[in-house]
Amino acid sequence: MKNIILNINKAFDHRIRLGIMSVLMVNEYADFKMLKELLGATDGNLASHIKSLEKEAYIMVEKQFVERKPNTKYKATKEGRIAFQKHIDALEKLIKKQ
Amino acid sequence: MESKDYLKDISEIKDMMNRSSRFISLSGLSGILAGVYALIGAFIAYRLVHNSPRGYLILDGEIFNLILLDLFLIAFLSVVTAIILSIRKARKNGEKIWDTSSRRLLINFLIPLVTGAIYILIKLQSNHYGLTGSLMLIFYGLALVNASKYTLGYIRYLGITEIILGLICALLPGYGFWLWVIGFGFLHIIYGALMHFKYDSK
Repeated sequence: MKNIILNINKAFDHRIRLGIMSVLMVNEYADFKMLKELLGATDGNLASHIKSLEKEAYIMVEKQFVERKPNTKYKATKEGRIAFQKHIDALEKLIKKQ
Repeated sequence: MESKDYLKDISEIKDMMNRSSRFISLSGLSGILAGVYALIGAFIAYRLVHNSPRGYLILDGEIFNLILLDLFLIAFLSVVTAIILSIRKARKNGEKIWDTSSRRLLINFLIPLVTGAIYILIKLQSNHYGLTGSLMLIFYGLALVNASKYTLGYIRYLGITEIILGLICALLPGYGFWLWVIGFGFLHIIYGALMHFKYDSK
């Protein structure tokens, strides 16, 4: 039991961060607008959660210009994918234990 | 107390993965209606050919043009119905009708479909019309299978069934009309009803 709890990742312990990772697990990338619409978060709120995931190196940010407008893409890093998969596995094991 | 949160987290993860990668507002009812249009259109085509002086279809002539118009109307009405009903359903689901998931669905559906349509038109130009029914079923089936990754599950099985019908049609070109009626009429009604009862009523 203790071992499983250790795999529960505090970085994903919030609805928005959980949502961002879920979206990036099944999509190659997502932009800010797509995440905002899917998660129903405000700009500031979403930006701060993105920043915290970026600090953990679970997601990476790609800035580029599309027709002179800035366009930011978010991708899950390899570490992010592994960490999130561990988190999902741990959640599922904990549910089965009950 | 904690266990409830874990369950909620898991269902939230699954919901987000589905929402962000699949367009879930495809309307089952529009499938049923598309099937009905196809049956009505097929009935009209059948009457047109049988009441013509020859009693069978040739490639040039008024009857053939009328049948092309008939086909075009079936396709047009089906597409318009699908768009209207899906917009309605998307509004209910709180899903955007034109976003990444619906765009991806449409593009992946259209690649095999447009390829097939152009191929059939080229073949018609050179009077190879014998396999048209079979080719329509096969390419439509491939389009559905290709699009199914980006929407609800039943579309994949509908696509596979259409492909099988298309192959049978290639073996038995004489039954092309009836296989077309089954593929575009009855299958749409059956799968549309399955989807309607599984997803629409929620």
